[in-house]
Parts: sequence; structure tokens; C-alpha cells
Amino acid sequence: MFILRRLGVMLLTMLTLTLIVFALVNLEPNLKKLALEQNNNRMTQEAVDSWLEQEGYKRPLLVRYGEWLGNSLKGDFGYSTRFRKPVNEVMPERLGYTGILAFWVMATMVPGALIIGVLAGMREGSKTDRSLSVFSIATTATPEYVSGILFTVVFASWLGLLKGVSKAGDVSFENFALPVMTMSIYGMGYIARMTRASMAEVMTSQYIRTARLKGMSFGAIVTKHALRNALIAPFTVIMLQFPWLLTGVVIVEKLFNYKGFGWLLVEAADNNDIDLVLACSLVSVAVVIVTQLLSDIGYAFLNPRIRVQ
Amino acid sequence: METIGGFAIWFGVIGRFWPVWLGLAIIMGLSYAFKNRLGLYGQLYDSGVGIAGLAIVLFWILTAMFADSIAPFDPIEQFGLLKRKPPGVIEPGSGIPFFFGADNLGRDLFSRMVQGSKFVLTIAPAATLVAFMVGITLGLPAGYFGGRIDTVLTFLANLVLAFPVILLFYLLVTPGVRETPIPTTMAAVFFIFPVIMFATLFKTGYGARPVLFWTLMAFTAVIGGWLYLGLVFNRDPLGIVGLDPNELNIFAAVVFASSPGVFRIVRGLTMDIKTRDYVAAAQTRGEGPWYIMLWEVLPNARGPLIVDGCLRIGYTTILLGTLGFFGLGLSPESPDWGSMINQTRGFIRLVPTIVLPQTIALASLVLGLNLLADGLREQSLKD
Repeated sequence: MFILRRLGVMLLTMLTLTLIVFALVNLEPNLKKLALEQNNNRMTQEAVDSWLEQEGYKRPLLVRYGEWLGNSLKGDFGYSTRFRKPVNEVMPERLGYTGILAFWVMATMVPGALIIGVLAGMREGSKTDRSLSVFSIATTATPEYVSGILFTVVFASWLGLLKGVSKAGDVSFENFALPVMTMSIYGMGYIARMTRASMAEVMTSQYIRTARLKGMSFGAIVTKHALRNALIAPFTVIMLQFPWLLTGVVIVEKLFNYKGFGWLLVEAADNNDIDLVLACSLVSVAVVIVTQLLSDIGYAFLNPRIRVQ
Repeated sequence: METIGGFAIWFGVIGRFWPVWLGLAIIMGLSYAFKNRLGLYGQLYDSGVGIAGLAIVLFWILTAMFADSIAPFDPIEQFGLLKRKPPGVIEPGSGIPFFFGADNLGRDLFSRMVQGSKFVLTIAPAATLVAFMVGITLGLPAGYFGGRIDTVLTFLANLVLAFPVILLFYLLVTPGVRETPIPTTMAAVFFIFPVIMFATLFKTGYGARPVLFWTLMAFTAVIGGWLYLGLVFNRDPLGIVGLDPNELNIFAAVVFASSPGVFRIVRGLTMDIKTRDYVAAAQTRGEGPWYIMLWEVLPNARGPLIVDGCLRIGYTTILLGTLGFFGLGLSPESPDWGSMINQTRGFIRLVPTIVLPQTIALASLVLGLNLLADGLREQSLKD
């Protein structure tokens, strides 16, 4: 019942958001821009109007939205005016490239953040804790377009170790190191702080004191008793990192000229490629909503105490 | 072309910042001397993290205030001969060095960095403040009453939060949107919230004292109406307050993007605080719901809200940088840090230092705000 209701809200969210995006990309000035872009920029107002009329952009908004919705439900996301290909041919490839990037970001960020968080939260107030906390504040304070550029200056310009650009589809260390490092370091600080807070709270609880009083070693207490409970809260945070990853992906892909999903989104939005913008926003909104749902279900699964209701 | 050495560059830079050092010394010295009487602000001086954060934030605030006397050159003046010169090159006409070098169009990076702080430090705090007013005015009833209001408002907030920020900006901050009434309408809606909030605040608090109440209301109407005319319609009769159409566009989009977050926090805090005894006591006394929300719940939620405000100003700074980075909404001439990063990043191969001033400026301001928030949180948890 709960999940059914959630699914209903999810559908409603997606419908409303796509309608908003649809309305925004179909604003008069945006349509004019599209017409000019498609016809080599030299057009009078009448020519623009007749082109829009001819291509069917002048029909009522809701009729066209209904049409788009019907087609998307059948799996046809329309035609990309920027790439002059159906959206279904353009998008999956780019999504794949971003998938690889996101996988490596997660694979480096999550373990790193958990280790930092546990080490810092294990002994609250210690020197390790303080320095790791300042480190995680510093990383959250440095957006990708700052850290990415600083890393490029250091590793590509001064040391000459890595390349300043990344080619899509080439999974090698030199190609991937910079974007992955940029994104995972930015996200790491936040997860690490959540883990630290949760770990510090668990370490003050009664059963840890009991374990200590019965003479268990500190290492055994941390690995056997504390970790399990301390990692529940960060789980939600990690799941909620996916939407953020999407925004980060757009910046990092633009920065390193990596032609993935984020790059596609920027291209589509820059050229007012209506169908492509809609498809991109549908994908990103779906990612956000589905991860929210998964994090809620996963949280209930991991933490039996809230399952009662 | 003549240049000066690394030591002379730093010496010169530190010298140019003299009003800032003086201001910092006065403010921090006085505050430290009277820290016992200054409440939470005074307690900040007990934590190292807090002092560091406060010093960085104050540094940038003072830089923005004295920008015109610190920056040696006009931020948009181009010196054709000095394009992409490394730090320390001397401008032949005036004999003043370009401390951090010149950008791709031959503009002084140091002056641009200093002037860029003005844009960030006016828009970011102002937008955050408005977002807070919107979030508070909507979050309090949602958390306090629950039920249908809560369902609808939470749905709307989640709607905005489910949107990827970049896409939102790409759709809302464009020259095309500026031709439509959307930005003005959005701004008109958002700016009404502070007026509503203050009116309700005074009505519930001083409604029984007509003289005081009507004075305060008149005050609110005059100040609110003046700011409203100036900011939303750019028709300030006195000509002091005003926003260009593109700035208004950015402002409205930033408020739109960050108020749902504030809403969620306020709602959560309200749901927690409304179970306290003093709220029950006020209810028993027969106080109205809006009195309880604004005079009982809100003051008790201030700690977490102040901390969140600091973090959120930092986040807004990052957002403004992102806008500049994607070249959205700001004129190419504008000396804001995000646009500077975007314009210079193509030349890192030739001159690695060309991107450093603006990136470090942005990162240090956000870091300062984060440290300040951390210090405040640490100190407010103590008592």
C-alpha cells in the first residue's frame, strides 16, 4: 500500500515536471531560436512563423504534450534536431559512457568516504578526527569546477602526468583519473561527515559500553558491534548522492570535454533541442525519484525498528 | 616587458589589501575583547575553526566593501599588449604591476578577482535571505498544521528538488526566458513572502497595541514597497535599489532552487518543536496558531537555521559560480568568479596561473562559510 502510494506520487511528479519542461522549451523565444538554428540563422520573422507552422510547433501546447506523452509511452522519444537522428539512437550510447564514469566515481568515493568517516568517528575529538573533519569540510567547499581545474593545473600542466581532457569510451587510468578524482573528492566529504556523525553516536551507546566492559578489544568492538549500526544512516546518504552525481557529471563532462550524458544535456539545452531536452530531463528525474524510493526501502530493510508502521 | 619577482608580488598584494587588514583587526580585536557579552557570536572566538571561518568570511566582506580602493585597474579595461602575461608584469602606462597577471583579453586578474567579490557577496546573501523567508513562511504552517497543506507543499518542494539544478538553470536563466514575463512574475511572487512574513509577525505579536502595530505596519509597507518596486520592476523612485533584467533572472532562479531546501528544514524543525511543553503551554493559554509558529517555534529553531544559512550562502556561491561557468545569464564582461573561470580555463596549458586567483577566491569563501557554520554548530551544541 505504502509502495503503491509512493509509485503514484512518483508518476505524478514525472508528469508535472515533464509538462513544466515542455512548457519552458516551447516558449516563443525558444522556438524562434530553434527555427533560426535549424535554418542557418538568416530568417525574417515571417519565415520563422511559417517554418514553425509547417513543422507543427504552432498547435496548442497541451495537444502536443499529449502527443509526446503518447509516443514516449510507446518508447519513441522523438527526433533530435541537434544531432539529426532519433533520440533513441543518440541517448543510450551517451548514457553508457556516463554510466562507466559514475561507476568508477562510486567505486572510489564510497569506500574512501566510509573509511574516513569511521576513522574519524571512532574516537570523537581526537587529532585524527579533527584533521579528517577539516579535510572533509575542505572537499565539500570546493566545487568540481574549482577542484577539477586545480587538479588539471597540478597533474596535467605542471607534472605532465595526466591529460586535461577525457575521451568517452576509453577506460584507461590516464583518461579517467582526473574526472573520477574530481567528482569523488567533492562527494567524499559529505558522506564522510555523515558516517562520522553516525559512528560517533553509536560509539556513545550502551551496548558499546557493555562490550568494552566485558573486555573486548577496541578493534573488535568497532568491527563487530559498531560498524553495522553506524553504516545504516550513510546508506541513505549514499543513495541520495546519485542525483547529485548527475549535476556533477554535467560540470565535469563539460570541464574535461567527456562526451557523455551531461555533455548531451548541455548540447540539447543550448540548442533548444526539444525532444532531447525532454528525454534527458525524464532520465535525470527518473534517476532522482527511483533512488529516493530505493533508499527508503533499503533503509526500512536495514533498520527493522522503523518497519513497524 | 618588465616584471617584478614573486616576493614583490606578495608584498604588493598584501599592501593593496590594507583597508581589509585594518578592518579585520578592528572588528576581530573589539569582538575578542567583548566576547563574553556577545552571545553566540562571542562564543565563536573560543573555537579555532570558528575564528578561521569568521576571518575568511570577514576578509571577503571587507574586500567587497573596499573593492574600489583595493583594485588598481578597471576590471573591464583591456590592455592588448598584456594578454595572458604571467603574474608580476608591469603595465607600462601607469607603472603599476598586474599582480596576478592578465587574462586572455589583457584584463588585470587581481582587479577582476577583487571586483568579483562584490557580485557574489551581494547576490548570494540576499538570495539566501529571500529563500529563507519563503521557506519559513511555507515551512512553519506545513510542519505545524500537517494534513493537506503539508501534503501539497511537500509535493511541490519535492518537485523542485527532483529537478537537476543545472537543467533548471539552463531552462530558467536564458535570454529567451527574459523576453517573457516569467522572471518578473517569479520575483514578484518570491518578494511578497518577506512582506507577508513581517506583517504576520507584527500582527500576532503587537496586534493588541494599535499604535506600535500600525507604526510597524507602515514601516513594513514603505520599506517593502520601495524594495519591491526597485528589485522586481526596476522602477525605484529614488534610484538606489535596482537589478538588471539578467540579475533579476539569476536572483529569481537561485531563490527558486534553494527555497525548497529551506522549506524542508523548517518543516522538520517545526514538527519536532511543536511537541515541546512551551508550545503546549501557549496552546493552553489560547494563543493563535500563527503566534505560536512565529513567536514560539521560530525563535527556538534559530540555532539550526543560522548554521544552515551559513552553509546555504556557501552553496549559493557555488551555484552562482556554476552559472558563470556555463556562461548563463551573466554578461561576458562581468568580473564574477564563475565567468572568469570559464573564460580563462582554456589557457591553462599556456599559463597555468591564469585560473588560480578566481578559483582560489571562490573556494576560500565557501570554505570560510563552511568553517563558520561548523564553528557555530559546535558552539551552539555546547550549552
